[in-house]
Amino acid sequence: MSDTPETKPFEPIIIGFTCNWCSYRAADMAGTARMKYAPNVRLIRLMCSGRLDPTFVFKAFAGGADAVLVSGCHPGDCHYINQNYKAMRRFQLMKRVLAQLGIEPDRLKLLWASAAEGAIFAREINSFVEQVRALGPLNWNKTSFTIPADADKEEVPA
Amino acid sequence: MSPKNPKTVEKAQAKPKFAMYWAASCGGCEIAVLNIHEKILDVDANFEIVFWPVAMDAKYADVEKMEDGEITLCLWNGGIRNDENEHIAHLLRKKSKILVAFGSCACEGCIPGLANFSPIKEIVDTAFSTISTDNPENIRPQPHYKMPEGEITIPTLYSMLRTLDQVVDVDYYMPGCPPESHQIAAVVELVIAALKGEAQLPPKGATIGAGNSTVCDECPRKRNLKTIKEFGRIQLIKADPELCLLEQGIPCNGPATRSGCDARCPIAGAQCIGCYGPAEGVVDYGARLIAAFASVIDSEKPEEIDKILDGLVDPAGQFYRFNLAGSLLRASKYARTNGR
Amino acid sequence: MAQRITIDPITRLEGHGKIEIFLNDKGDVANTYFQIPELRGFERFCVGRPVEEMPLLTNRICGVCPEAHHMAAAKAVDAVYHVEVPPTGKKLRELLYSAFYCTDHTTHFYALGGPDFIMGPDAPVAERNILGVIHKVGLEVGGKVIQMRKYGHTVVEIIGGRKVHPCTSIPGGLTKGITEEQRKEIEQMGHWAIEFAQFSLKAFNDIVLGNKQYVDLILGDIYTHQTYYMGLVDANNKVNFYDGKVRVVGPDGKEFVKYEPKDYAANIAEHVEPWTYLKFPYLKNVGWKGFVDGKDSGVYMATPLSRLNAADGMATPRAQEEYDKFYKTLKGKPVHQRLAIHWARLIELLYAAERWVELATDPEITSPDFHAIPTEKPTEGVGIVEAPRGTLTHHYWTDERGVVTKVNLIVGTTNNYAPITMSIKKAADSLIKKGNVNEGLLNMVEMAFRAYDPCFGCATHSLPGQMPLEVTIHDAAGEPVKVLRQYCD
Repeated sequence: MSDTPETKPFEPIIIGFTCNWCSYRAADMAGTARMKYAPNVRLIRLMCSGRLDPTFVFKAFAGGADAVLVSGCHPGDCHYINQNYKAMRRFQLMKRVLAQLGIEPDRLKLLWASAAEGAIFAREINSFVEQVRALGPLNWNKTSFTIPADADKEEVPA
Repeated sequence: MSPKNPKTVEKAQAKPKFAMYWAASCGGCEIAVLNIHEKILDVDANFEIVFWPVAMDAKYADVEKMEDGEITLCLWNGGIRNDENEHIAHLLRKKSKILVAFGSCACEGCIPGLANFSPIKEIVDTAFSTISTDNPENIRPQPHYKMPEGEITIPTLYSMLRTLDQVVDVDYYMPGCPPESHQIAAVVELVIAALKGEAQLPPKGATIGAGNSTVCDECPRKRNLKTIKEFGRIQLIKADPELCLLEQGIPCNGPATRSGCDARCPIAGAQCIGCYGPAEGVVDYGARLIAAFASVIDSEKPEEIDKILDGLVDPAGQFYRFNLAGSLLRASKYARTNGR
Repeated sequence: MAQRITIDPITRLEGHGKIEIFLNDKGDVANTYFQIPELRGFERFCVGRPVEEMPLLTNRICGVCPEAHHMAAAKAVDAVYHVEVPPTGKKLRELLYSAFYCTDHTTHFYALGGPDFIMGPDAPVAERNILGVIHKVGLEVGGKVIQMRKYGHTVVEIIGGRKVHPCTSIPGGLTKGITEEQRKEIEQMGHWAIEFAQFSLKAFNDIVLGNKQYVDLILGDIYTHQTYYMGLVDANNKVNFYDGKVRVVGPDGKEFVKYEPKDYAANIAEHVEPWTYLKFPYLKNVGWKGFVDGKDSGVYMATPLSRLNAADGMATPRAQEEYDKFYKTLKGKPVHQRLAIHWARLIELLYAAERWVELATDPEITSPDFHAIPTEKPTEGVGIVEAPRGTLTHHYWTDERGVVTKVNLIVGTTNNYAPITMSIKKAADSLIKKGNVNEGLLNMVEMAFRAYDPCFGCATHSLPGQMPLEVTIHDAAGEPVKVLRQYCD
């Protein structure tokens, strides 16, 4: 019998936007210290979490990501003084919009991590991956828009 | 049997052909075209109108008989809601040299695109079970139905509404709900001049009949770059007619909406609801508005930010009102999975 | 041999439609189906939106009469918030609405319905359009029609903020008022509108009523149905487009019911058929008996003629004169002949123009008191206005934040879905006998539904105004045997 969806574990695809000064260095630190953490997160480095244009998040989901992580310096520690508050405000508004669009709030995570917090970073990533695994795939890029309204078949492959 | 108007025959030999068609739309674009008033005579003088179901003769069969590219200019308004819309979109694309996505419905889905928040089953169920609907057997319309005399058909609804360019190749985009008449008149002039060799049409894929900036640029209200502690509702305050609406806590989509309308709504005291679509360079309209709205919030504390955001009672509707079908995500998960 | 005639698509109506006519073995009409093939889903996708957006969202139900939806929605959101609009706010809304009525009725009469009469059903088909009208009535007619449309849309823009899809109505009133300068401009245009309305009625009188053949056509049986009639009336039972109670009279002209907007659901229900996306409203307390006439059938009509039938008169003097003349000429009230709708429409045009001037000269019209801030919690509300095509009902429910939780809409032309179907069938019945499909069928079927102004009256300017019809006759095996075409080249 071939692999059924239940036997083959779903590996979430997660895009992670990290800021250059804190969270990217935290990821770096985890790496150099050989801390194992789940490989599901593809990291993209921004100079600052305040650079996070919400468009990046929507593009990630539309392109097939199952979840998105946004990570920056702790409030008060931003390298550019207070731009991480932009990320905070955008994140909170984005969550609400995504929820209305049926994307579970837990698929978007905001994580503050300083450069010294490699272990925390790794741990948070691991727990996020499991959280998303439990939610299941989003498969946004696999939608067919021509399914007639009265069709019975599943539109989204498992 | 079909009396030919001799004038029509003459015209057919002389003038480039023009067509206008509507799919899932409201007729406002047709009215906007007619509101160019006397300029419509320029259309009539310079084109032979060969297909415009709302206004004159010609049927699908006549379009089918045409050569590919025989129609010089086709203005398409309306979104793709059912299989008939899609079929005609392919037909008119084939027969038209220049196909313009005319109006917000064709460009980005417009208000009917709001249906993409819900599974199509819910859309139909709601219509057929309102409090005034007498439907004890829970009948739903069927694309094919056998009556005692024979089978009759109606088009099949698709599960989600699409924009014109999600179905066929589009040459130009003319945004607006509807496009402002003075913009339409300007485009008509440009096309007529281009056909005479006196002007050049913009590169394919361009947005025409609109500005290159945002509604904020056209809006005369004063902006102090103030940030706010509360989002409000327009009916519950006495708004200052001179001051930026967003700064008064009234949601307004000016910051991300393309200019070209002269900011009529903010001038009249109402918010810009975004009917002109994304400004130049905007990849996702709603995402841009999220950044804009987030930037007016005066708080750095998560709980306080949440409380302020509670005042925005329908953020996804506010940010994707006209644009959902044309956005990056295009529809909600509920619509995409048909409620499953 | 049983046959089938398909007319697809119908044109000259807002939206899409098609007609199927089935013949029995004798070649007479067995049944007719008028199908509406579209559904966009406003009742579902407006749920979740802030209720103050409804006057903006429902505009997009129809771009020809967004003003009607805007006003019904405005009144519904006022009701949701239990707020009383200050007199200036109401008057400004009604002023906008009156100007809009003038524009809308004008375009229908001159470009769509009028040619049927002004040129006559026997006129060469190439002349039965706005061009023919211009030649017959005078060159300046085309210019006047364009002028009327311009004026009407200018008023809509001044008060409503934009020419198409007005944006200024909010719960409690409007977002802006008008200046004295604007008021003067509006008044001036209103005087012109009255003259234009009188000109139109005179044209109708000279060309149509002065012609016995047309009068016979109007009075003829083919286009006559005895149904109930619905329209909004003010406190004196006079026609009012913006406010009042809904009054329904029976085929005998006696009042059957007069209800407040909030009680519409106790009086109207919508019948469903599986072969169309549109429903058929009928009077609940009479019952749905099928597509039939008579006082035992719940079918009712809502059109300019219905409004005149349902009311006791017009609220302005010149229109009242015309109203009296109308019923005198047609020998009594109610008038059942569908072609008389065209005439009733012109009487309404005159009333709308007179009301335009009345409101533009009202001392309160420039007052800055055009909005009252709601103080009560939003719950539920109904708003009813008369759309040019019929009674328009908007009903919203909201949560305590004023976010829409449920919507019910019964739209103008929808009221007439059953009557139009019946009119088409009657025309078909009368003309198709023993399998002979007459060229005249095409003209006569057009006239049957065009009188109702099915939600789109716009074919103005100088384009040829012929309606395309292609009638394909299939034999019992479904093979096309004959095609009749009109303006399909």
